[in-house]
Amino acid sequence: MKFGVVRFPGSCDEVDALMACRRFADADLLWHGDRDLSGVDAVVVPGGFSYGDYLRVGAIARFSPLMESVIEFARDGGPVLGICNGFQVLCEAGLLPGALLPNDSLRFVCRQVDVIVENPGTPFTRTCEEGDSLSIPVKHTTGRYYAPPGILPEDQVVLRYARGHNPNGSMDDVAGVCNEHGNVMGLMPHPEHAVDPLTGSADGGRLFESLAMVPA
Amino acid sequence: MSLASAPHRELGLTDAEYDGICERLGRDPNALELAVFSLMWSEHCAYKHSKKLLRLLPTEGPHILMGPGENAGVVDVGDGLAAAFKVESHNHPSAVEPFQGAATGVGGILRDIFAVGARPIAVLDSLRFGELTSARTRYLFDWAVKGIGHYGNSIGVPTVGGEVYFEPAYEQNCLVNAMCVGLAPRERLIRSAAAGVGNQLVLLGARTGRDGIGGASVLASAELSEEDESKRPTVQIGDPFEESKLVECCLELLDRDLLASLQDLGAAGLSSSSSEMASKGEVGLDIDVSRVPLREADMEPFEIMISESQERMLCVVEPARLDEVLGLCEHWDVRATVIGEVTDTRHLRVLDGDEPVGDIPVEALVDDVPLYDLEPEEPSGPLYPDPPARLDPGASAADSLLALLASPNIASKRFVFEQYDSIVGSRTVRRPESADAAVLLLAPDGGTGALAVSIDGNGRRVACDPYTGAAEAVLECARNLACVGAEPLGLTNCLNFGNPEKPHIAWQLTRAVEGLRDACLALGVPVVGGNVSLYNEGAEGPIYPTPVVGMVGKLPEPSALPRTGFAEDGHAIALVGMFEPALDGSELEKLRGRLAGSLPPLDLAAHADALVRVRAAVRGGELPTAHDVSDGGLACALAECCIAGGLGAKVSIDAADAGLFGEGPGGVIVAGPRGAIDALEGALVIGEVGGETLEIEGALSVPVSELRMAYEGAIPAAFAR
Repeated sequence: MKFGVVRFPGSCDEVDALMACRRFADADLLWHGDRDLSGVDAVVVPGGFSYGDYLRVGAIARFSPLMESVIEFARDGGPVLGICNGFQVLCEAGLLPGALLPNDSLRFVCRQVDVIVENPGTPFTRTCEEGDSLSIPVKHTTGRYYAPPGILPEDQVVLRYARGHNPNGSMDDVAGVCNEHGNVMGLMPHPEHAVDPLTGSADGGRLFESLAMVPA
Repeated sequence: MSLASAPHRELGLTDAEYDGICERLGRDPNALELAVFSLMWSEHCAYKHSKKLLRLLPTEGPHILMGPGENAGVVDVGDGLAAAFKVESHNHPSAVEPFQGAATGVGGILRDIFAVGARPIAVLDSLRFGELTSARTRYLFDWAVKGIGHYGNSIGVPTVGGEVYFEPAYEQNCLVNAMCVGLAPRERLIRSAAAGVGNQLVLLGARTGRDGIGGASVLASAELSEEDESKRPTVQIGDPFEESKLVECCLELLDRDLLASLQDLGAAGLSSSSSEMASKGEVGLDIDVSRVPLREADMEPFEIMISESQERMLCVVEPARLDEVLGLCEHWDVRATVIGEVTDTRHLRVLDGDEPVGDIPVEALVDDVPLYDLEPEEPSGPLYPDPPARLDPGASAADSLLALLASPNIASKRFVFEQYDSIVGSRTVRRPESADAAVLLLAPDGGTGALAVSIDGNGRRVACDPYTGAAEAVLECARNLACVGAEPLGLTNCLNFGNPEKPHIAWQLTRAVEGLRDACLALGVPVVGGNVSLYNEGAEGPIYPTPVVGMVGKLPEPSALPRTGFAEDGHAIALVGMFEPALDGSELEKLRGRLAGSLPPLDLAAHADALVRVRAAVRGGELPTAHDVSDGGLACALAECCIAGGLGAKVSIDAADAGLFGEGPGGVIVAGPRGAIDALEGALVIGEVGGETLEIEGALSVPVSELRMAYEGAIPAAFAR
């Protein structure tokens, strides 16, 4: 089993994500200018400010050569995890419903929050039980999830912020969603920054562990 | 703007300095040369008023790999790794345009770090503003914090610590000091000395524009005044995306050993970077400004030479390696242009195509700069007015404690640090306000060992007593490191002062540097580099003298470090170190409307010994709680331990004002199992953790929830008004 972690110019958390993946399986970086996914079994689109994000967040990255291959990979059922900026990119690419808007506070927020597993039936949460609480940090300026009515069925809500932990004003406390087939997931919290109790928590490792169970 | 008609005085040079330039050149300078001189001879670039004084500071030590004079200081941290660090000011740009001023302050200090080959792994900030009751202060504070976050968050370097003080003396002239720490394999370290006649000079990064023209001379080396809005064009604009590419590109160029030398472009742009590289390498440089990629086509050669456009680096490359360098830059989408070459002339020659437009001996720009002796004179009376009284001297101990916790200097800075990414890089073991120093793993994917970093300086105490206040800043920083078991490896400092040409400011500066020196010598910590920011004055007078001290230390085992908060009911609480509290210069005295004229003298050797004991106690690994006694004294420190741990405590200490709220260096609160506390040499047991109330016998009893509301609510409330 091998993870591929996308590296755009302006990515910030790609090495963190790479290290998190390597705790559970093989992993390599994928360069934004390539089209070849190098035969990876799962793709992680990491956090950061791809191409500077001076336009709408994620709007440029979505058009990179590599993302065209990632979109194809996802449409063929390959597992794709978008974290923070990666979530924004996947929404821009049309792989996930909804959009991420500026935080209610209009400020960047970096904070450890609790998120509740709402759907343990995805490739990303299969090691979790419904209702599990995971302690994972968020850090973003544009993380307020919004979807127009009727766009997001309840079973596509994978994670919710615990009561009182919604850091950005997301609709219905939504912290992470998946697509209709369940093979593409995006979340604002950073599971790659919660893989070791020494640096805060190991709860985020459950997502990578779940993905690593994907048959090679 | 035509420089030809502008007299040298407008560029900040004195008549005597102008004569000195003519003498060194043997002729009158042309307009370009004069512009270059005006920057290179500015206080900001040349340290004209501080260089002699800085020679007092100890700069030798067993761990030092690079000392003052390089882009950043570098210390050996073992296992083949080196830590580079430096603090720099961006005060005047931030006072004129806080968002970009603070953002480019971060961008600039990051470049200093990767210019020596180190990957930036942490940023800390030391900020000073007027009181939060002022709308201008709230504007400067809010946007400076946003600017720091914008740059650090976007480039993926965590902001792990810092400090903020609010005092009336900074109302006109805020301070924004940024410190960066980087890590490098020792073999990747590189110096800035240009070498190899015939080697190519390659400019990396952003295009050159008209931003920051005259930043070092007009803005950084003069007092602020009413017309400062007109100086906004002298503030640079930051682009963290460009710099993030530049970091990766430069580090890979160095990993492949493709560069002969590397230097960042900061104050005075190409002029200073090129002449400093040439000076250190004892060579000359020819620069063809017509090759420099521009944002605006019609820029004059002098503008190209002095532009402070951000996100640029200058490197020297052997001709045989040029193609590989250019290829790698293309991979990272970093602009790279050959703009000149190394010569044996020892002159900086500026060409516009084939036409020579400037020719200056490097020595005259860098080494042979006029240095001035300070004329210090101890002021006969107070320099600063007493602060406005905000607390009745008859207030109860409980009310005084709540007022102190709600004073923005002591109150939680969560509002600030939550706007910074403190965790990117996966090294952060202790986040802001969870321990006294930030702790960063040396190897995030395994291995042991960690760095601890802190930045400290209380300008009000330095205003009371420049010598003692400055020495206390060194002790405070070392004590914060000791609270996580770290031993200091080196120190960087930023000296923020008023106009050094005034005798009383010269006195403050001299006494403060003497205090820094003596404290460094007592602790055995060398100074690896730093920065001086003078002329911090507005119409209402000078800032408090504000030496800011940053330290990097190493600790062996990060898995069992203490935190600020109390951990468990029943833990014993003790005071360790050496603590002789007094009210002079304290936060309580400030709230009562008094600024003292002196501080109690320090026994530096005894403090150094006490710090060793604190560090040993923490390294024992059995103390879940350690927190230094700082602003607001013992009562505030105990309250902070209660708030952070969500637990109460019952203690018995001297219940007089000085015992509760007196300040002074050297005290550390520790807590842990009774057996562990009893085993500590020289620990004074003062109480026990438990309950939901902080109870100080004979003085006060306040629920932790009430303490928390005061402590956490104060700064957000200032913005809710």
